[in-house]
Amino acid sequence: MDDLHKYFGSDEVLKGISLQAHEGDVIVMMGASGSGKSTFLRCINMLETLTSGKIYVRGELIRMKQDHNGTIVPEDIKQVERIRTRLGMVFQQFNLWSHMTVLENIIEAPIHVLKIPKNEAIERAESLLHKVGIHDRKHYHPAHLSGGQQQRVAIARALAMEPDMLLFDEPTSALDPELVGEVLQVMQNLAEEGRTMIVVTHEIGFAQDVSSRVVFLHEGSIEEEGTPSEIFKNPSSDRFRQFISKKVEI
Amino acid sequence: MDYEVIFTNIHLYIEGLWVTIQLVFLSLVCGFVLALPIALLAICRSPWIQIFPKTYIYFFRGTPLLVQMFLIYHGMGQFEFVRESVIWIVFKEAYWCALIAFALNTAGYTAEILRGTIEQTPFGDFEAARACGMSKSTMYRRIILPGTFRRALPAYGNETIFMLHGSALAGVVTIVDLFGAAKVVNSRHFVPFESFITAGFFYFCLTFIIVSLFKKLEFRWYAHLRPRKV
Repeated sequence: MDDLHKYFGSDEVLKGISLQAHEGDVIVMMGASGSGKSTFLRCINMLETLTSGKIYVRGELIRMKQDHNGTIVPEDIKQVERIRTRLGMVFQQFNLWSHMTVLENIIEAPIHVLKIPKNEAIERAESLLHKVGIHDRKHYHPAHLSGGQQQRVAIARALAMEPDMLLFDEPTSALDPELVGEVLQVMQNLAEEGRTMIVVTHEIGFAQDVSSRVVFLHEGSIEEEGTPSEIFKNPSSDRFRQFISKKVEI
Repeated sequence: MDYEVIFTNIHLYIEGLWVTIQLVFLSLVCGFVLALPIALLAICRSPWIQIFPKTYIYFFRGTPLLVQMFLIYHGMGQFEFVRESVIWIVFKEAYWCALIAFALNTAGYTAEILRGTIEQTPFGDFEAARACGMSKSTMYRRIILPGTFRRALPAYGNETIFMLHGSALAGVVTIVDLFGAAKVVNSRHFVPFESFITAGFFYFCLTFIIVSLFKKLEFRWYAHLRPRKV
């Protein structure tokens, strides 16, 4: 059971959002830019610290405390680091380490964080590279790959940690339109494997076809939430209706 | 022009060359080892911690190397407690004084190079490392510093060459390095042009070697920046 619950108090960007992801859920978060969806996602693995609220990962509360300036900081950074290894993150700008090859990027954290033997990590990386269809480029450096290939490597890097949940922060927003499909395909395959995923994206098609739940954010609050079949057919909020009609026109 | 005396005294130059190489190599190694923690302290966000590295960097970049060397070589001997303590074994030798001055000086410059380069690390490198649960020390050791050393290479190559040329100051405090050898030959035979141009020629060769070493390193380390061979 993968249970994540989190809410915010009186934060400017996020005005009290609660969300619970169960094992196998694919939650798509949508919203205009500035609606707080990326911030929310980045709070889950503490890349951004929250002002108030609680985060549980698999029922375990991430303990927070106030430091001497009064800002909220994690009480135990070791706990945060351990929980981060359970949450795979894929970024908009890929954030691959440019001086390492594709293979080195993928085996880095399994070897140096999870302390897995090197040959085992390489074996795992190779099979992941096959899975994301990029095995023939394993000795390339990121700069020698297209954006779509880089993002697939980044997904393999996240998977190499064998995380309980994957977090996607606008994974296709930095890609040329013709490269979006290959990344979405990989993500769809992962969803079909039953992986738990939270995806921040503007791809309505992905939300409709792949997600189990869609959350629409507006100015830091949840404006609309439901299964894709429910909310795309009968959107209850005007804003969400406007949002999707604009997207469809494009 | 009388190069006869140069050839009869060539052993002096060779010995001087060896002293120069030793001094430069040792001071670069010590300087680098010292520079790394200073740079890491300098990027700490706490203003209290920053005081030490910032002051260090300001002092060693703010005063001439010659002044620093004189302070250590001549200045230290002025204090009785220094002369009477064990450290006098070190401070009474020109060689060690020069080495200490060079190492401290290059550490200041190198720390500043590293600090600047670490701060230029793409933010995504940090985020990706944090997101996969790396501790701060693993992140710096495995991701940030390897990237930093690569990016700092051209600037550090420059610093190495500056250090080589700066090391000529050792000849001022009685050390027979390359420049010291040239001084000796000149004072014995009064052939200033020939003796100093010979030293210049050796410095030139050393520079050439340093430049090609850094070129080799850049070639190895910059594979990710080169266009791929088809």
